[in-house]
Amino acid sequence: MNPSPENCANCPVHNMGNLKKLGVDMSDYDYVIALAGNPNTGKSTVFNNLTGLRQHTGNWPGKTVTRAEGGFIYSDKKFKIVDLPGTYSLLSTSTDEEVARDFILFGQPDVTVIVVDATRIERNLNLVLQVLEITDRAVLCVNLIDEARRHNIIVDIRTLGKDLGIPVVATAARQREGMDELLKSIEEVASGKYTCNPYRLSKVNPGIRKAVERIQNEIKEQFPDLPNPRWVAMRLLEGDQSIIDAIKSGELGDLKAEKQIHQPETIQN
Amino acid sequence: MDKNNTDKTEKLLATAQNLRWQVGENFHESLMESIYSDAARIADRAVKVDDVKKKYDWDVKIDKLVTSRTFGFPLMFLLLAAVFWITVEGANVPSGLLASLLVDFLHPVLKDFMLSFSPEWVAGFLIDGAYLSMAWVIAVMLPPMAIFFPVFTLLEDFGYLPRVAFNMDNLFRRAGAHGKQALTMSMGFGCNAAGVVATRVIDSPRERLIAIITNNFSLCNGRWPTQILIASIFIGAALPAHIAGLVSAGAVVFIAVLGILLSLVVSYGLSKTILKGEASAFSLELPPYRPPKIWQTLYTSLIDRTIFVLWRAIVFAIPAGMAIWLSANVMIDGTSIAEHFISWSNPMGLLLGLNGVILLAYIIAIPANEIVIPTVLMLTVLTAGNPELGAGTGVMFELESQSAMAEIFRMGGWTALTGINLMLFSLLHNPCSTTIYTIYKETGSVKWSVIATVLPLIMGLVVCFFTAQLWMLFAN
Repeated sequence: MNPSPENCANCPVHNMGNLKKLGVDMSDYDYVIALAGNPNTGKSTVFNNLTGLRQHTGNWPGKTVTRAEGGFIYSDKKFKIVDLPGTYSLLSTSTDEEVARDFILFGQPDVTVIVVDATRIERNLNLVLQVLEITDRAVLCVNLIDEARRHNIIVDIRTLGKDLGIPVVATAARQREGMDELLKSIEEVASGKYTCNPYRLSKVNPGIRKAVERIQNEIKEQFPDLPNPRWVAMRLLEGDQSIIDAIKSGELGDLKAEKQIHQPETIQN
Repeated sequence: MDKNNTDKTEKLLATAQNLRWQVGENFHESLMESIYSDAARIADRAVKVDDVKKKYDWDVKIDKLVTSRTFGFPLMFLLLAAVFWITVEGANVPSGLLASLLVDFLHPVLKDFMLSFSPEWVAGFLIDGAYLSMAWVIAVMLPPMAIFFPVFTLLEDFGYLPRVAFNMDNLFRRAGAHGKQALTMSMGFGCNAAGVVATRVIDSPRERLIAIITNNFSLCNGRWPTQILIASIFIGAALPAHIAGLVSAGAVVFIAVLGILLSLVVSYGLSKTILKGEASAFSLELPPYRPPKIWQTLYTSLIDRTIFVLWRAIVFAIPAGMAIWLSANVMIDGTSIAEHFISWSNPMGLLLGLNGVILLAYIIAIPANEIVIPTVLMLTVLTAGNPELGAGTGVMFELESQSAMAEIFRMGGWTALTGINLMLFSLLHNPCSTTIYTIYKETGSVKWSVIATVLPLIMGLVVCFFTAQLWMLFAN
């Protein structure tokens, strides 16, 4: 039987074959991908698989303290990928958490890939929910799925995807399992073929919700292009000094400036 | 930003400030609560677990053993000793082979080639200085590193390092430091500059400074070869061959453990004096044991660590070799610069149980600890005045066997005390210039960089002095 070329193009093997690892060459990229996740979930392994770089990976939490960057080409688009330090949350103020949070907020990646440990889904979801508060465009990479299988843990990828409203891919990065599907999901979200409908926290008590909404409205008025006013509102309500500073210095306002580089006149009002 | 915008910003911040008072203290808790409960609900729908308990048993059993109160530390020492023993035993033969190729064979060939068209001082400067120092560094360092790093990386991949941190955590907290310092300390065993960068995982500036200052007490890979070599010559050589390797490895473990102890003691001292404060709590996650990917680990540890460190050593050894050659050949009043310095500093060196040669070597080796031993050997031959042993004045040369090296050391008036104190001084002296620069970059403070540089040096001088005095008391 001769497979038709169209079938070939749909085959994941073909797609993986299209992956061109660019190492540290990151010039003229089309999309920026951020790699976030709890410590020791295999972010750096995913990073190495996609870029062909050999960033040292180690089996201990907190190995990546600064961000590493690399590039790859997939389906004719050039991607720049940034490996962020692993964090348990984005709500406190340690250096590594700030690096991760500031990048997702100020770097405005086109896609944030959240890598979670399949054997510790519940704990990892805490970070996932926080990332989804900041960004609309995310892909969940349920890594270490082989370890989960070994421990007889079954992760229902479809339910997880439906509940979170983003693409969910099961991977075993060390074995390169699922990387093709991950690439496909990243490309779909980056190019807008897939529209995320991310889960937002539900059980916030009414008093708080009202307060958040009030601040959110004021933020929207002042920074109409800010992609995540609700999250900034929550940070302000908590008195996060770095966000307050970002507002005062205008850094938060610059976010829209960067995105609308072609129409600078809209920055002034 | 125009005035209108500034006003708006002020108003926005004021609103937030007011609402913050209304919402009150429990905002953070309430937010965390909703995150946790939502996460639990979603996870519950998506994750099913069959018979977990039985499957986790293996991990739990290993953890019970390696983190147990009784066996945790002895096991740690045993593992360390095993790693050093493999390194000591395995590195001898390839070191000898490399030396006979690069030094015995290639050096005369290159020298003759240079002499055929250039004056003697050019050939001496380039071949006896630059080339030989590089050859020496490769012969001495490549074999132990090519064994030590992959073995250490396999342990790291397997998941052992966090267990070390777990064992040490309590000790560090009692010393007023952060538990994660155990991790940055482990990184320091590879490279202190890397260890200093790794302290970014520590949130509190006070505890981070403590971790930075004490990182130098982790023997780095530039110092392992010195330790291993001196232990083999001065401690191993005095014993029957079948236990020599084990005892040498034991001596190196002793120095490494002494470094860990000093790291704790100095952390305690700092947290009681210039860096006062309480230790902050943190949770350390023990990752599951993972079967290491052997080939991948070998590859990355060879590329990332072995070749990287070796390259650095070569880059520093070449100019150092040139400097040594010059210092041995440029004469003032008929005596070389090196000899001037050595005879001037020798009395102080002897008082410390060291000698002038070692002191000069540590000044020359500030850029890289790796070149201490080559420098010491070359300078010893120079001052002992037996140029027939080497190829000429100011030549860093390789010797075929450790017994020949021991011969040189004895000729230079070395005793077992000199060997022991060199091991101690190698543990306790200023960090290399790369690490000092990294400390400056990380702290942004001249004051803390100076403290981190001078403190271990003073400790080294004091420890060596008292060891020497005690030794002389017993020897006489």
